Amino acid sequence: MFGYYLDLAWRSLKRTPVLTGLMVLAIGLGIGASMTMLTVLHVMTDDPMPGRSAHLYTPHLDPLPRDYKLRDGSPDPTDDMTWPDAMALLKAHRGVRQAAMSGGSLLLRPARADLRPFYVSGRYATTDFFALFGVPFEQGSGWSAADDAAGAQVVVLSETLARKLFGTGKAVGQTVRLGEHDFRVIGVTADWAPKPVFYDDQTGTQYSDADLFFLPLSVAVDEKLQVSGNRSGWVHGDDTSLTSANMTWLQFWVQLDTPAQVAAYRQYLVDYSAQQKALGRFQRPPTNAKLYSLMSWLAHENLVPGDVDLQLWLALGFLFVCLLNIVALLLAKFLRRSGAISVRRALGARRRDIFVQLGIESALIGVAGGVLGLAIAQLGLWSIRQRPDDYAKLAQMDMSMLLGTLGLAVLASVLAGLLPAWRACRVPPALQLKGG
Amino acid sequence: MPIRPILSTLHKHKLTATLLTLQVAFTCAIVCNVVFMVAQRVQRISVSTGIAESELSAIHSRGIEKGENPQARHTADLAALRAIPGVQSVAAVSYALPLDQSESSSGICPSKEALDRAMQRNSIDGSGCMEPAIYDGTPGLVGTLGLHLVAGRDFLPDEYVSKGKPAVAIITRALAQKMYPGQAALGKDMYDGDNFIRVVGIVDTLLRPAPRQPGTADDSMIFPQLPDHASATYVLRSAPGDRLRVLKAAEAALLKASPNRIIDPKQMETYSQIRAEYFQRDTTMIGLLIASALGLLFVTALGIAGLANFWVQQRTRSIGIRRAIGATRSDILHYFQAENFLIVTAGVVLGVLLAIGLNLLLMTHYELPRLPLWYLPVGALALWVLGQLAVLSPALRASNVPPVVATRSV
Repeated sequence: MFGYYLDLAWRSLKRTPVLTGLMVLAIGLGIGASMTMLTVLHVMTDDPMPGRSAHLYTPHLDPLPRDYKLRDGSPDPTDDMTWPDAMALLKAHRGVRQAAMSGGSLLLRPARADLRPFYVSGRYATTDFFALFGVPFEQGSGWSAADDAAGAQVVVLSETLARKLFGTGKAVGQTVRLGEHDFRVIGVTADWAPKPVFYDDQTGTQYSDADLFFLPLSVAVDEKLQVSGNRSGWVHGDDTSLTSANMTWLQFWVQLDTPAQVAAYRQYLVDYSAQQKALGRFQRPPTNAKLYSLMSWLAHENLVPGDVDLQLWLALGFLFVCLLNIVALLLAKFLRRSGAISVRRALGARRRDIFVQLGIESALIGVAGGVLGLAIAQLGLWSIRQRPDDYAKLAQMDMSMLLGTLGLAVLASVLAGLLPAWRACRVPPALQLKGG
Repeated sequence: MPIRPILSTLHKHKLTATLLTLQVAFTCAIVCNVVFMVAQRVQRISVSTGIAESELSAIHSRGIEKGENPQARHTADLAALRAIPGVQSVAAVSYALPLDQSESSSGICPSKEALDRAMQRNSIDGSGCMEPAIYDGTPGLVGTLGLHLVAGRDFLPDEYVSKGKPAVAIITRALAQKMYPGQAALGKDMYDGDNFIRVVGIVDTLLRPAPRQPGTADDSMIFPQLPDHASATYVLRSAPGDRLRVLKAAEAALLKASPNRIIDPKQMETYSQIRAEYFQRDTTMIGLLIASALGLLFVTALGIAGLANFWVQQRTRSIGIRRAIGATRSDILHYFQAENFLIVTAGVVLGVLLAIGLNLLLMTHYELPRLPLWYLPVGALALWVLGQLAVLSPALRASNVPPVVATRSV
């Protein structure tokens, strides 16, 4: 029966090529525009660490004075952590793994004469960073807790940077001059950059950044290396050194494997805050301390620009108007066939049969529209990739979005066909025969 | 043109006509708001910086030699840049330039009393104190940027300081009016919490490096303060067509003066490039908004034309009969045009209401201002014209149906 309906639908569509073309074009444009924007949103809100993100959490304390007023448009100091708090949390070791970190940008003076000095951006972190995030190594390894404590001048390079500096040769054991210090290379990571770089603070362009080097946080603090990102202090005239208790600048992540561990860590943060309050350092309620999971932290940071959001709504509105258009055209088309339908009804076809037949005709339009929409969406994504926005390069369709496009197109056109098909299948069998 | 027969025909095609009406309504609502958003963005990207943008370019240099005296370096660099043929004038700033993103701002009060008020309330709002963007630079900056002094004078050579706060400043007219409403700001002593700073000049316009909050975009202040860091931005003034060549020459001249520096090619731009970069997202958005408005109008026109075409086919026989009993071609033509007019009118009436509703929604979610009412009649007119254009070809075809069709059976 399905094959027969398909054949009927095909004949019917062929009979009115212009109208069919219009419908396919309308659904193609609507689907193309919507899927372009949905894909952009999808890649921007995708899980940056599939398989690992469920166990990654970021604690946030509230060391601000009670009367601190957050100014419109300024960063929230509690997004980051102070040095004393981060060190206390590290020392307490309540998570499976934990690391404190911050971004930094340093002048690199290559030993090779043919390379001019350049600035590289990377990460200052504590020992667990690599295991916590599962950073893959090409050569060597990260540093130990002892290196952290001793402030050892060691560095881990990304593959890109290692190749730039040392070619294809062995990088481990070599020396790199960063800022005013020599660092011994102890490891090379495979090129690794989660999209977005969720552990960075909010100031960067997190969809295009990648860390090119990693070195112990203690070295950065001891040697006063340049730190990028926000440094929010709240005591006027207080010292602005990195170890200040009144300035936040560090990011902190922990690995917690079970719900019990998560609950325990949450309690620990409240207890810690209460203790700090008792000591007179914190002023706000200890329950202000928060523990975000990776995905909820991304939602909290809301990295999707308002414009992208607006573009999505615009595309969906466009799709909606296209669908209205198709409903009207299908209705006109189906009702015009009242004669044929009534003959089929008189010959014994049930309402349901007519309904299914017309539904298949709508779905066929949907499939054609979906294919066209896919082509339009690829064109749209291509044009987005040409833009200089930092997320632009990610605008690619994966398999799920590809199938989603076709699915949405068929679903939309079947939905659009529902009302016209319902109207048409209510055509009474005999009456129309008289008209001729 | 009698409306009654049209209405009764439309009544027969109630559902189809309603759907088309809805489509027109939604198109009208969305297009009105989209055009309004485009107008908003166009207004934003055409903001005036107050400087002679078409003649300016900027090059950023970052010294990497340890122990170098930055100000001596800048002086030598400026001399080297001035020697480039085609360079009319040049100045160095720490980093702040209009629309160049990095901004430093600082609280400043019209008097000591105003500062006390601000301290009492723990907020500068309503105290009379402002938070303008601060520009610094070497002598000649005002002239190089092409700023328009409306009162007072440029800085005197002995007013420049190499460290610490200067004793004088030049402020924008907007800032002057906010700090000293109804008074002449020239010669007034502003207070920053530690020092008094006298206003010696007022410039017409000088946009902030990163105007974010509405209403404060033009609150700027220039200090006669020499840049004191290893990194500095040099502003070059030359003939508009000469800028790319001058930039190249400037890079070479700077590297020749001292090779121990980093010049990032991304921070070596004409002012046209700086402006385009700053508003890049807005220009993308304008393009997208226009494309989607055109797409919507296109699809709606297709829908109108498609349906009209269909109806003409369906009614060929009745058209033939009407022609046979005396209707002229123009009667038939007008019939279809009037039918379309009725549908579009109904759509537009609904669309205007939807447009206002959509605008209210956008106002709450995207900080869009209220839609000016004159957009609505213009949008309605556009849809009427669109409808008439779309229906024209099917209507003409209908008017060409010969009366003899009436005698044939379909």
